[in-house]
Amino acid sequence: MSALLEVSGVSVTFDGFRAINNLSFNIGAQELRAIIGPNGAGKTTFMDIVTGKTRPDEGSVTFGERSVSLLALSESRIAQEGIGRKFQRPTVFEDQTVFDNLMMALKKPRSPFSVLFFRPSGRDAARVEELAAEVGLGDHLARKSGELSHGQKQWLEIGMLLAQEPRLLLVDEPAAGMTLAEREHTTALLVEMAKTRAVVVVEHDMEFVRRLNCKVTVLHEGSVLAEGSLDHVTKNPAVIEVYLGRG
Amino acid sequence: MRQGFLSRNPSVLVFLLILALFTLGVTLLSHAYGSAFLSTSFIKTLGKTLCLCLVALAMDLVWGYAGILSLGHMAFFALGGYMIGMWLMYARTEEIVVQALANAPLPATPQEISNGVASQIFGVVGGAELPAVWTFAHSLPLQLALVVLVPGLLALAFGWLAFRSRVTGVYLSILTQAMTLALALHLFQNDSGLRGNNGLSGLQNIPGLGGVSQDRLSVWFFWASAAALALGYLLAAWLVSGKFGSVLRAIRDDEQRVRFLGYSVEGYKLFIFTFTAVVAAVAGALYYPQAGIINPAELAPIASIYLAVWVAIGGRGRLYGAVIGAAFVSLLSTWFTGGRAPDVNLGFATIQWVDWWQILLGLAFVLVTLLAPQGIGGLFDWAAGLRHPARRGAPLGPAEGALQEREATE
Repeated sequence: MSALLEVSGVSVTFDGFRAINNLSFNIGAQELRAIIGPNGAGKTTFMDIVTGKTRPDEGSVTFGERSVSLLALSESRIAQEGIGRKFQRPTVFEDQTVFDNLMMALKKPRSPFSVLFFRPSGRDAARVEELAAEVGLGDHLARKSGELSHGQKQWLEIGMLLAQEPRLLLVDEPAAGMTLAEREHTTALLVEMAKTRAVVVVEHDMEFVRRLNCKVTVLHEGSVLAEGSLDHVTKNPAVIEVYLGRG
Repeated sequence: MRQGFLSRNPSVLVFLLILALFTLGVTLLSHAYGSAFLSTSFIKTLGKTLCLCLVALAMDLVWGYAGILSLGHMAFFALGGYMIGMWLMYARTEEIVVQALANAPLPATPQEISNGVASQIFGVVGGAELPAVWTFAHSLPLQLALVVLVPGLLALAFGWLAFRSRVTGVYLSILTQAMTLALALHLFQNDSGLRGNNGLSGLQNIPGLGGVSQDRLSVWFFWASAAALALGYLLAAWLVSGKFGSVLRAIRDDEQRVRFLGYSVEGYKLFIFTFTAVVAAVAGALYYPQAGIINPAELAPIASIYLAVWVAIGGRGRLYGAVIGAAFVSLLSTWFTGGRAPDVNLGFATIQWVDWWQILLGLAFVLVTLLAPQGIGGLFDWAAGLRHPARRGAPLGPAEGALQEREATE
C-alpha cells in the first residue's frame, strides 16, 4: 500500500532545543492512527510541520499520489491540497452563524475574487444542512456559533472539517473536556471518518486510544519510540519507562 | 428561492432613503436651488462631511470587518486630494496665464504658457520649472486615473510587504503610521514637487466653470459627494454580505484558523487594504475641491487617528455605525472649534471649547471603548431589544464562549 503522507528524516530545532529529531513515518490513505507521547515529545510540532506552520530544518514531507512536497507550500495551499486540522480547543467563528461557519468551510475555490462573486446555490445550502444534521446541529443553523455549548462547538468544528473534504485529518486531543457520552460519540465519528480518509489523532488519554482500536505511534524526544497495536507498544519496556511508567 | 440583496439587508435601503431625503432637503434649503436658508459655506461643510463618511466607511471595512487597524487611510485620502488638486491648480493657472498673455503683441507659444504656469505655481517655493510629478497635470482624465492609481499602488506595495511578513495587530498599526508620517514629512519639503508646506490652493475654482457661482458649485459637489457615499455604501454592503464578508470577519477573529481552512489570509488582507485605500482616495478627491486647500498637515498621522476615533464612536463592524460616527463627531467638532459653542465659566477658570474640545473627544473615546464598545450603532440594537448579555463569573468550560457560572445557574 502506498502512503498518503510520508514524513522522512525530519528535524527541527527551536533555540537549540531539538523538538523533532530525525522523525520518519508513513500514513496510508484510509487509516486511523493514534499518536501518543509525554509532554514535549513533539506531537504538536509534528502537526505544525505537516500543516505548514513550522518549517523543518531538514527532511522531507510528501503528500498524495504525486508525492507533492509540503515544505514549499503555505498553510492555505496545504489545506487546499486536502489536509484538515482540528485544534484542541474548538475554534469556530463565534460571531457568525452555524450556517456561515459551515458555508465558509465548504470545499469551493478559495481565492479572494472567486469568493467575492460566490453566491451559494441551492445545492450548497442543502449540503450545509446535511452536514449540520450529521453532527447533530440541524436545528441550530441560524444560531450564532458563540451561543453553542462546548460540546456543540466541537461538533461544529468536526462538521467544518467534513465540509472541507480533507484526505488527511489531524486531530489534537479531541476528547479533552468532554463527558463520557460525548467521548463515545467522538470515537464513533473518528472511526467512521477513517473509513474514507486518513485520520491522525494526538491523544493523552489511554482509555480513549484503546477505544479507537487502531495502530499507535509513540513519540519520545522528537522521534518514534515504538509503533504497533496499543497492547504491543504498552509491553515495550522503553515505552513503559518514558511514558507509562510515570503514570 | 433566495431573498434579494436589499431584503436581506434592510439597513441599506433605510440608509439610502435617509441619504436621499437629506440631499433633497439640503438642496431645497440652498442658495442656488432653494430658500437660501443654509449658507454656502455650510453646504460645503456638509458636502465635506459626506466625504468623511465615505472614508469612515472604508476604515470600517478594513478595521471593523477585517481587523486591520490602519493608521494610513487618511494618507490615501489626502493623496487622492493631491492628485485632483494638481489638475485643478494647473488648469486654473493656465487659464489665468493665457488671459494675461492675450494682451501681448505676439500670440503666446505653448512653451511660454507652460513656463508661465510653472513660475506662477512654483514661484512660492523658489522654482520656475514643473517637476516630473506634474507631467500629467495638464490632463483631467490622466490625473483622475492617478487619483485611483497612486494610492492604490502605494497600498498594494505597502500591504504586500507588510502582510507577507505577517505583521499584525499593533505592529501593523505602527507600521502604517510610520508610512503616513514619512509621506507627510516628504511632502513638507519644498523640493518634493508639491509646493512643500504651502500645499495646493485655490482648488475651489473649477477650471472651465469660472462663470458658475460658488453657490451652485457647492451644491453640485454636495450631490457628487452624496452619490459617491451612496455608491460606496452599496458596494461595501455587497462586499460584506456574502461569503467574502464572512471570511473577512473570520480573519479578524482568528486568522490562523482561516489559513487552515485553506484561505490565503494575506491575499484577502491585501485585497481589502488596497480596495479601501482606493475608496479613501476617491473620497479625498471629492473633499479637497470643497475645502479649497490641501497641505501636508492634512495627512499627518493624527488625521488617521481621528478617523479611527470616528469609527469607534460610531460603532465598528457595522457600516451605518461608521457613517454616523464620522458625521456626528466631525460636525460636532466643526461646531466646537468654530468658536460657536458658548464658553463655560467655572468661576476659577473658563472652559473655551476651541481648546477643550479635543479633551472632550479623547474622554468620549475612552468612555465609549470602555463602557459601550458597540458605539452609537449599539443604540439601534438597544432599540430593537437586542441586548448583549452581561457575562460574569468564571468560565465553566475551556472555550471562551462556554457558559459562565452565573448564566448556567440562572
